[in-house]
Amino acid sequence: MADRTSERKQEWLISAPSMVWLTVLFLAPTLLVFAISFRPSTPFGGVGEGWTLQTIRELANPNYPAIIWRTVWLSLATTVICLGLAVPCAYFMARARARWKPVLLMLVIIPFWTNFLIRIFAWKVLLHPEGLVKKLLLAVGLVEPRDILMYNENAVLLVLVYSYLSFAILPIYAAAEKFDFSLLEAAMDLGATRLRAFLQVFLPGISRGLITAALVVFIPALGSYVIPDLMGGPSGEMIGNKIAQRVFVDRNLPHASALAAVLTLAVVVPMVAVIFLQRQKKPARAKEAGG
Amino acid sequence: MKRSRIPLYTTLVCLLFFYLPIIILIVNSFNKSRFGSVWGGFSLRWYQKLMENRDVWFALKNTAIIAVSATIVSMVLGTLAAFALHRYRSRLQNAHYTLVYTPLVVPDILMGMSLLLLFVQVKVQLSLFTIFLAHVTFCISYVAMVVLARLQDFDFSVVEAARDLGASTRQVVTGVLLPLLAPGILAGGLLAFTLSIDDFVITFFVAGPGSTTLPIQIYSMIKHGSPPVINALSTILLAVTFVMVWLSQRLTEEKTTS
Repeated sequence: MADRTSERKQEWLISAPSMVWLTVLFLAPTLLVFAISFRPSTPFGGVGEGWTLQTIRELANPNYPAIIWRTVWLSLATTVICLGLAVPCAYFMARARARWKPVLLMLVIIPFWTNFLIRIFAWKVLLHPEGLVKKLLLAVGLVEPRDILMYNENAVLLVLVYSYLSFAILPIYAAAEKFDFSLLEAAMDLGATRLRAFLQVFLPGISRGLITAALVVFIPALGSYVIPDLMGGPSGEMIGNKIAQRVFVDRNLPHASALAAVLTLAVVVPMVAVIFLQRQKKPARAKEAGG
Repeated sequence: MKRSRIPLYTTLVCLLFFYLPIIILIVNSFNKSRFGSVWGGFSLRWYQKLMENRDVWFALKNTAIIAVSATIVSMVLGTLAAFALHRYRSRLQNAHYTLVYTPLVVPDILMGMSLLLLFVQVKVQLSLFTIFLAHVTFCISYVAMVVLARLQDFDFSVVEAARDLGASTRQVVTGVLLPLLAPGILAGGLLAFTLSIDDFVITFFVAGPGSTTLPIQIYSMIKHGSPPVINALSTILLAVTFVMVWLSQRLTEEKTTS
């Protein structure tokens, strides 16, 4: 084997391309978002010289607390509903016959790969005043002819769940696949009820999958912009819409940056915690297996 | 032992929920009637209208250029990253891992916003090139994760064997590592390609005039265009997606047979 210094050199050589690319085009721009929050805006839509707290003060805009609150609760509700549906699905898939597993998996993966604008559009057509859902609900008598199904928070929530459900099922399924189902039977033999075995044996057994699923639903949901834009209307706006409006409508980049900085902080905290936990767990497990 | 039926019913409801809107959309793309809730007979007129739409063709060309170039570059960078992450355990690799992993979970709008700021600050004109840079940035991480997963099952003793038999580093890489890892690298590339074709949010932030991609075109059609034509376009894209998923499944299946 080569000596240590050339080994070290090789490591740097292999790591450098991706590290440099991501530092310049991911890390630096993310830091820039924070820096530009303290810059003044120019009337031409650019970023001015010098430093100011003006933009931060503008965040006290009375509309924002309501929008931030809506963003958080819609994301939380999406996460809870997605996990609630994904756990039974993943359980069923993991216990299905070997012949059926790839078919079920394929059926979940296809929506995951489908263009998400198309998926939103499909719901826009269904919820349209002339659409099928409206006609069905009218026939059953659940809505009045005047009711509008779109452009409100519920429509946003529905499409958020639709968009992120497959994100939730896949990691939970991956964890459930590795779960030893005879443990459930053992628990029940020892007198646990089915529900108790499910809650106290199955759920802890797939906890890693649950954490990943919650993360991959909650974080993108916080940053949603297209779904509320197309389904929500003014009463369903989320923080992402405000960022886009500041960029594309008033062209106030510092203001958009300040909003993006708030969103970044909201996202980074849970994420770093999870990465840290996952990275920490791996070597520990290897040691257990080795010793 | 009696099993609960709740999982079965939930799965059926979820599958119905997944596919009903998509199936209705496909059916309607062949619907002669403009209105989705009335069946006016079979027709290909919306496909014909789509083919005549020059904006769609222009956007498709841009999307293809970006997807192909971003896929190639991110496959190279992502594979190298995966090698480094797998091969070495050091502080450098901890930082490297965080750098590769974080873009996977950062919401698109933040990545789009921050890249836009970067391009504005260094005065790069927004164009197809800035879209290419953005796409490579988010594709690297996906390729790296897919290849890294393949490396975890990889038996490195073949590399040692090749070395013992006198192979040079170059021979080991081109003769042993790359052929054995090709399915994983291709699966990563396929994922990158699909992500690049699909991306709307990040592209929307860094696209300049004249650099409309297919998703941007679809978005503006959803806002202002005729729904049946979008149905037709969506159906074609869905067909492409099915083929892609099938291909990538084939690539990952090989793992179990080999």
